[in-house]
Amino acid sequence: MPPRIGCLAVVGLLFGVSIASAEVVKPTAVVFEDMTVRTPLTGEPGDPAKGRVIFADRKLGNCLACHANADQAELFHGEVGPPLDGVADRYEPEMLRAIVVNPKEIFGDQTVMPAFYRIIEGQRIAEAYKGKTILSAEQVEDVVAYLSTLKE
Amino acid sequence: MRTIATGVAGLALAGAIAASAEPALEETLEIDGQEMITQAPAPEGHPFDTVISGWHYRTPETRALETDTFVNPAMLYVERGEEIWNTVEGTAGKSCASCHGDAAESMKGVGASMPKWNAKAGKPYNMDLQINDCRVEQMGAEPYAFDAADQKALVAFVKHQSLGMPVGLDLTEGEMRKWWEQGKEIYYTRFGQLDLSCASCHEQHNGRHIRADHLSQGQVNGFPTYRLKQADLVSVQNRFKGCVRDTRAVPFEPLGDEAMALETYVTWRGTGLSVETPAVRQ
Ligand code: HEC
Ligand code: HEC
Ligand code: HEC
Repeated sequence: MPPRIGCLAVVGLLFGVSIASAEVVKPTAVVFEDMTVRTPLTGEPGDPAKGRVIFADRKLGNCLACHANADQAELFHGEVGPPLDGVADRYEPEMLRAIVVNPKEIFGDQTVMPAFYRIIEGQRIAEAYKGKTILSAEQVEDVVAYLSTLKE
Repeated sequence: MRTIATGVAGLALAGAIAASAEPALEETLEIDGQEMITQAPAPEGHPFDTVISGWHYRTPETRALETDTFVNPAMLYVERGEEIWNTVEGTAGKSCASCHGDAAESMKGVGASMPKWNAKAGKPYNMDLQINDCRVEQMGAEPYAFDAADQKALVAFVKHQSLGMPVGLDLTEGEMRKWWEQGKEIYYTRFGQLDLSCASCHEQHNGRHIRADHLSQGQVNGFPTYRLKQADLVSVQNRFKGCVRDTRAVPFEPLGDEAMALETYVTWRGTGLSVETPAVRQ
């Protein structure tokens, strides 16, 4: 992992652009096909270890608010959504990405699972969150990488 | 596309949801020996068959605190409310008692039927608005600032006079229906970056845990309630504020029109439940 980051950083330097902004797919540009998002949101593969932290962090994914997950069983979890044990056996990474980006595309408009990479307008959104996604593109990729490790 | 999607979700979900924790429905609540109605048949047009007090969703330890007014920590506030009831304030030289006498008689049942239509103001009044009205118009005193400690104590004292009586609003008065409709619309509207409505949590998922919290129907029959987490009395409209803020939305202005419409509608959703004020919650 570290060598690859090194390489990309060098490339970034050479071309004089920030890698992050050059390769990030904007929330409005995400393409859904057959309930999947095939193109990763960033140019770099997600980091499952970071994803695991984001999954539990109340200020980030807070996925545990709604989902049980035996891998983090020591923490309080909710049961609004299904347990995510073995979720990687049920879904391809491209579909997990689609679920995290905007679950309404997969489960329909009635789902209560928030879209983590979509910008919502209006609906009284508090100033601090206006025009922002819940997770960044990189964080989504980290979470997807983590979910992809949840096999039974 | 949508039908396939539901199929996939349905398959993956089977079994998971059956494991939800249920509220302790077999338990009954008596306060100092007086039986409370904590489950009641829902009024016509209600999404549920049975309305259930938030009491059933709490832990045995929290539930026990409500059964005895000597151990209920909120009774201290009720006592403070009684003191205020009898205290002269304002330019008219009057106390609540000067006009309303013994609260046990004059205020019995009043808390069970609020918000109620106030023709002069042209909107529903809850206890906070009524008390401020009496303070300004009748006593020549300052209105309470929202959530002033004395306001909460006085509201709790007056509502406590209706302990055990079933909640029931008169929606035929004035424009109560219109406000009820507006409140209903708000209840089902999704707010905030998390894109959740009151119904997302309290209707679609009540009985399940959201992180460490056991989601109830979000009933208001126990307000002001004592929250152990905050070690303080919490008003209905403060609770609304907290729930809306949790969706990362701007809360409704307390006691403003939207919040009053919401209180009217949510109170109706608890029709038939006993007033439990002051209830104890986590
Ligand atoms: C407010 C509740 C809530 C939050 C927060 C939430 N989810 Fe969900 N999630 C759901 C619900 C409900 C479903 C089931 C789909 C449906 O029926 O709407 C679901 C379904 C899923 C599924 C499909 C599981 C299956 O077996 O079908 C995955 C994967 C998932 N969520 C991942 C996540 C991740 C990752 C996060 C955090 C970044 C997250 N969820 C946060 C409520 C939530
Ligand atoms: C000088 C007389 C006076 C004083 C003092 C007074 N009120 Fe009132 N109150 C009234 C009148 C008159 C009404 C009838 C409604 C109206 O016209 O506002 C009323 C109505 C009420 C109601 C609604 C009763 C119902 O059946 O709907 C409540 C509750 C109430 N007052 C509480 C209080 C409290 C608490 C105080 C002290 C902070 C107080 N009042 C002080 C005169 C008074
Ligand atoms: C993200 C989930 C969520 C949303 C959205 C939400 N609430 Fe809540 N609410 C909770 C939780 C968690 C509690 C504490 C546990 C309980 O009593 O249900 C709670 C408690 C309450 C209570 C106290 C119940 C009692 O017995 O003391 C009321 C009233 C309430 N909510 C009303 C509302 C209203 C009205 C809305 C919409 C404006 C709303 N809630 C939106 C999660 C939510």
